[in-house]
Amino acid sequence: MTASRKTIPGFGLTMGITTSYLGFFVLLPMISLALRAADLSLGEIVSVATDARVLSSYRVSFGCSLLAAAINAVFGTMLAWVLVRYRFPGRRMIDGLVELPFALPTAVAGIALTSLTADKGWIGAPLARLGIAVAYTRAGIVVALVFVTLPFVVRSIQPVLEELSPDYEEAGRTLGAGGFTIFRRVVLPELRPALLTGFSLAFARGLGEYGSVIFIAGNRPFRTEIAPLMIVTRLEEFMYGQATAVALFMLLASFAVMFLVNRLQIRAAAFAGG
Amino acid sequence: MSRRVAMVLALLFLFGQVAAGRVLADQELTNVSYDPTRELYEAYNEAFARHWAGLGKGDVTVVQSHGGSAKQARSVIEGNEADVVTLARAIDVTAIEEAGLIGKGWQGRLARNSCPYTSTIVFLVRKGNPKGIRDWGDLAREGVGVITPNPKTSGGARWNYLAAWAWADAQYGHDDARNEEFVKKVFDNVLVLDSGARGSTNTFVQNGQGDVLLAWENEAYLSLAERPGEFEIVTPPTSILAEPPVALVDSYVDKKGTRELATAYLEYLYSDEGQRIAGSHYYRPGNPEIIKEFSGYFDLSLKLVTIDDPLFGGWEAAQSRHFSDGGVFDRIYSR
Amino acid sequence: MGAGTRGASGGAWRPNPVARTVLIVLSLAFAFLMLVMPLLVVVSQAFGAGWEAFWRAVSDSFTVKAAKLTAITTVTAVAANTAFGLAAAWALTRYRYRGQGLLTTVIDLPFAISPIIAGLIFILTYGRLGWAYPFLEAHGLKIVFAVPGLVMATVFVTIPFVARELIPVLAARGTDEEQAAVLMGAGFLRTFALVTLPHVKWALVYSVILCAARAMGEFGAVSVVSGHLRGKTNTLPLHIEILYNEHHYREAFAVSAILVIASVLVLAARSVVETVSRREVR
Repeated sequence: MTASRKTIPGFGLTMGITTSYLGFFVLLPMISLALRAADLSLGEIVSVATDARVLSSYRVSFGCSLLAAAINAVFGTMLAWVLVRYRFPGRRMIDGLVELPFALPTAVAGIALTSLTADKGWIGAPLARLGIAVAYTRAGIVVALVFVTLPFVVRSIQPVLEELSPDYEEAGRTLGAGGFTIFRRVVLPELRPALLTGFSLAFARGLGEYGSVIFIAGNRPFRTEIAPLMIVTRLEEFMYGQATAVALFMLLASFAVMFLVNRLQIRAAAFAGG
Repeated sequence: MSRRVAMVLALLFLFGQVAAGRVLADQELTNVSYDPTRELYEAYNEAFARHWAGLGKGDVTVVQSHGGSAKQARSVIEGNEADVVTLARAIDVTAIEEAGLIGKGWQGRLARNSCPYTSTIVFLVRKGNPKGIRDWGDLAREGVGVITPNPKTSGGARWNYLAAWAWADAQYGHDDARNEEFVKKVFDNVLVLDSGARGSTNTFVQNGQGDVLLAWENEAYLSLAERPGEFEIVTPPTSILAEPPVALVDSYVDKKGTRELATAYLEYLYSDEGQRIAGSHYYRPGNPEIIKEFSGYFDLSLKLVTIDDPLFGGWEAAQSRHFSDGGVFDRIYSR
Repeated sequence: MGAGTRGASGGAWRPNPVARTVLIVLSLAFAFLMLVMPLLVVVSQAFGAGWEAFWRAVSDSFTVKAAKLTAITTVTAVAANTAFGLAAAWALTRYRYRGQGLLTTVIDLPFAISPIIAGLIFILTYGRLGWAYPFLEAHGLKIVFAVPGLVMATVFVTIPFVARELIPVLAARGTDEEQAAVLMGAGFLRTFALVTLPHVKWALVYSVILCAARAMGEFGAVSVVSGHLRGKTNTLPLHIEILYNEHHYREAFAVSAILVIASVLVLAARSVVETVSRREVR
């Protein structure tokens, strides 16, 4: 494989740009985080990062992100399927709107979703009559995260679906399989790597989301307090060491998720390549 | 010959004056402040610029920054080069002092503990006061939805908390256990714990959450003015004297050469005009004569406890007892 | 697998009409609730007080300053990340070496890092308490609480967009054409400009648009490094938060509407790009 490195020029240049750019913008600042956390001893870091209130904020963050990613895995896949396979009025518009959550400032999303789901809002008012509260509960956090992470799932799956020839499904059908069986046995295995990527990206993004969530969450300790808010709270108390300890923990979690996904993908790619 | 030298010198002096005038024309001052003071400083900055130009000192532009008090103090510590800070609590200014940016003893540099205006904590309730909220005790009643920011992150919220504590202390005969129990009940009634005072006001006013908002007096009047007919202010018989201090950030004014301007800016807050602007924005002017002009909406008979009362023993003590890690507030919220 | 190689669908495939209807209705309901409704809230609030009030809000001098600042940070960040994305995609797909997986992960990392942490790491590096501060101070440079910090935070948050879109496209193409070009004596730049670039042209345009949309709207990380100096370090998203906190709800939503309209335009441009590129593929 080193043969190609010799034949195609530009390795030094592009690799140099890539590593120095990542070094400057990503690694260098992250080293500062590690340096700052080193103000505390390992024991202190562990005790800060596993404080009861912090632990409960991880639970809220992990739980809500997982649920939001799962909701998106189901509805996002369905949406992608519908957008790729069917032609109907409004399809182009919906397709165009899928990336709206990327483009809308998270604070605006948070404000809009809160006024939508608070008990005076368009959606909140009818739900309130049924006794269901969305804004200022964990359900509100999930709503915000579903909104913010939707594009990750749809845009991971859509290209794969487009590549997937309907012929496979046709073959399944001539063999007598029902619609759902075909989806489960033929389509889903093809989608699995992309779905996994989309799901994990959505999950990782959800873990870190702050701007939209603080408006809708209610931010009550042990109930609707998310982990990024714990970092902010520690900072506001002028406790840099503690804030960085929590940040470091979350960073490791994100890194682990991303690394795992990339390993799985590389393996899947190698497998697909034979 | 000497006449020529004198001429040249005079010319140089003139140029210097012109150049200085141009420098003066571009004077800029950065005021890092907390959330509810936006309207106050918008009006005050205009008045001060007029005053400064009237003294023949040139034009001045004041750049404002607002946010949660602690967050704002942190940004100054981290390098946000404010000439002056006008924050919600003395302890946030002390944090900047401890970072070495403000000289020791800053609180004695200006009159009245460096607090040109004060405020207090009142209740904002919905029109007609449907839950009949009159005093602090009503906040702990079952079925009353309370909105307050988080005392850990918001300056205003710490005053809320301490005011509730002070009421309980007088009510239950200085029994700390009962005080704590009362404050815990109040916080069990809290529906939404925003990180800043403005966030809470939005939650209560805009999104219709809760029955009562614990608010700065000035915030409450502002909400009343902006949405007439929707809310009422309930002033409890006792509350706390909230003292938001102002200070010069020595390191940054010396670096930028703005000490004279910044000093004048803070001192003018104590002038009659500055005091009246504070009053007309619902802050209680420190000047005992001028506050009388605003007795129309300030309940001057309100009994106010201060942070230096033996009950609290100053900010440092109150901070470490109530709001530090593992303090009383953490106990209230641990299950 | 990448967006640039999207094929045309359709043909002999016949959908089951019941499943089709159910799926379309469900998806539309979901899309309506999650995408259209929030959009409607913003727009209805923005124009609720009429055009004049809307215009007054968006032509306010602080809004205009914020818009200019957002334009500066967006253009700079997108330009930097485009250059980086091209280089990274080349370096990651034209050769094989150990550590490729790790490198890809580092590129993806900004997607997964909380914007709060993203802002914090720049404060801890270039702020007064950071290790780089004495150097900056000695040279009279200011990064955080000034425009460079805003640009850097925006760059950080949008690093993966271009690279992530190009890598699969380039990987799928293989290296045969580049090797042929090199054998015929073309250097790196010629090969890149004449052989590789035309193939990734649409994926590139597509990713640049998306990167711009995301950069315009960035809030969390920028909020941490901004210092909120009105008229100096407030971008549009930060200005919206300030207006909201000032109880100027209408104005806040009016300014949000600018961003919403801008992003809808950007997303429409993306749609056009996609259509054109598909036509070209056919």
